[in-house]
Amino acid sequence: MMLDIWYDIVSFLLPFEWTEHNFMKNALLAVLLLTPLFGLLGTMVVSNRMAFFSDSIGHGAFTGVAIGALFGTVDPLIGAILFSAVFAVVITIIKNKSKTSTDTIIGVFSSTAVALGLILLSNGGYNKYSSYLVGDLLSISPFEILLLLVSFVGVIILWLLIFNKVLLISVNQSLAASRGINTLAVDILFTIAIAVVVTITIQWVGLLIINSLIVLPAAAARNVTSNVRQYHAVSVGISMFSGISGLIASYYLDTPTGSTIVMIAALIFFLLFFLRRKFA
Amino acid sequence: MSANRYHAKCDGECCGFCCTRIENLGVAKGPMVILENVNMHIHCGELTAIIGPNGGGKSTLLKALLGEIPHSGVLKYLDAGGDRSGQPVIGYVPQHLDFDTGTPVSVSDLFVACLSKKPGWLLKPRSIRRRAEEDLARVKAEHLLDRRLGALSGGELQRVLLALALDPVPNLLLLDEPVSGMDQGGLELFYTTVAELRQNYDLSIILVSHDFDLVSRYADRVVLLNRTVITSGTPQQVFSDEKTLRTFGITRLFTGTAGKEEEGEG
Repeated sequence: MMLDIWYDIVSFLLPFEWTEHNFMKNALLAVLLLTPLFGLLGTMVVSNRMAFFSDSIGHGAFTGVAIGALFGTVDPLIGAILFSAVFAVVITIIKNKSKTSTDTIIGVFSSTAVALGLILLSNGGYNKYSSYLVGDLLSISPFEILLLLVSFVGVIILWLLIFNKVLLISVNQSLAASRGINTLAVDILFTIAIAVVVTITIQWVGLLIINSLIVLPAAAARNVTSNVRQYHAVSVGISMFSGISGLIASYYLDTPTGSTIVMIAALIFFLLFFLRRKFA
Repeated sequence: MSANRYHAKCDGECCGFCCTRIENLGVAKGPMVILENVNMHIHCGELTAIIGPNGGGKSTLLKALLGEIPHSGVLKYLDAGGDRSGQPVIGYVPQHLDFDTGTPVSVSDLFVACLSKKPGWLLKPRSIRRRAEEDLARVKAEHLLDRRLGALSGGELQRVLLALALDPVPNLLLLDEPVSGMDQGGLELFYTTVAELRQNYDLSIILVSHDFDLVSRYADRVVLLNRTVITSGTPQQVFSDEKTLRTFGITRLFTGTAGKEEEGEG
């Protein structure tokens, strides 16, 4: 089994107390695969002023997890990913079609999604799934890691292919159109990527704080960078650093892992926010 | 009459007969007709300014030409010999950029995003950098290459966007004149650059404008658009047309006429 090789590598390279447990090794692998994705996607979420939008995708993912848990056949997560991808596509299309009060539309959709999710989850036994609100990073199964690995490769390839287009759309939609870019299609691919990553992660860090994993690293990075390459490098760096250090800290402090990661990312944000004049 | 005058001019100064035709263009949003029966014939080397009241369909026309919104009618491009025809290559300079000014995107990132398939977050292709330098040199803005977009002034940003729109050299250049964030000097420089371009390249230019004074000094033709083409011709003709007076009311026309007279004296 592939995971055994990973366990051996970790035991060899990191012979510490926190790596003695397999659930910690799983969590470490998940963090290493997830945090770069949050760092990458976050850059354009922040530059496009999509923080509220990505929050609502998280809410859609929550409903997706609920639906997946009730009706999923292979694995709850597959159903969940399908639902949240569809949800993301629907609100992207609505956002593109109507120019007025996007905030209201997003608000309507995301609260409806959460309400539906809560009703479905309470039907299937609320206690069993209440963990989706706060999440548990130490509950990762090998199948989920495989799914995560596939998404990791998928998102990286997608980002190589569509980033230039996303950037151009973020600068001016008509300019992008004049360059032959199908803006709606690119928007949809971008939001599907966010939806997939968020849905996989939501059971580990929870609905309440998932959006900060997307927004915080990029928001921190933009304080101290002046071009796209620096922006991505610093954002991914902050995301990975807070992910790994948050995981270790939560083990020793006995705190929820997701929240610890977010707290570290937030500290970095404030630090860089006050340092930003030195870089401008 | 004005068409004859124009043909003569084009024969002398640029490639000849390449042109862009807009035929019977119409845009409707549900039951509401925004544009109907719009016909224009634009030759290379010509700067056509589109003026019109707010809500008259100026920006809708640009969006339709860009293919961003569905429209009826056709946009045709015919080259000098008349053998290559079809969709023109369009360059577009937006009125403003709707971006977050704090965003860490440099001018060179914007060029990479437009001109290269290689992802700008990972690679920085040298060939594109050189090409961007050359493009920027055309509008005297090569020193802006590594500046952050959000740190540029309105005029600088407009020149960067113009440089971008000219690579590859388009058949039809669509310009949306900036309404805010630019001082008079910046606007003048922008107009001078555009006026020079039409002499050096075989391209037709459509400019949506709000500044009647600048239009009367730099445009070859003016089209008054209010749901359809109300009137068109030389700046003098359009600004003295009674239909223009009725469309804008007395105050705006006064500004336009004043501009025209200044030019006459100078």
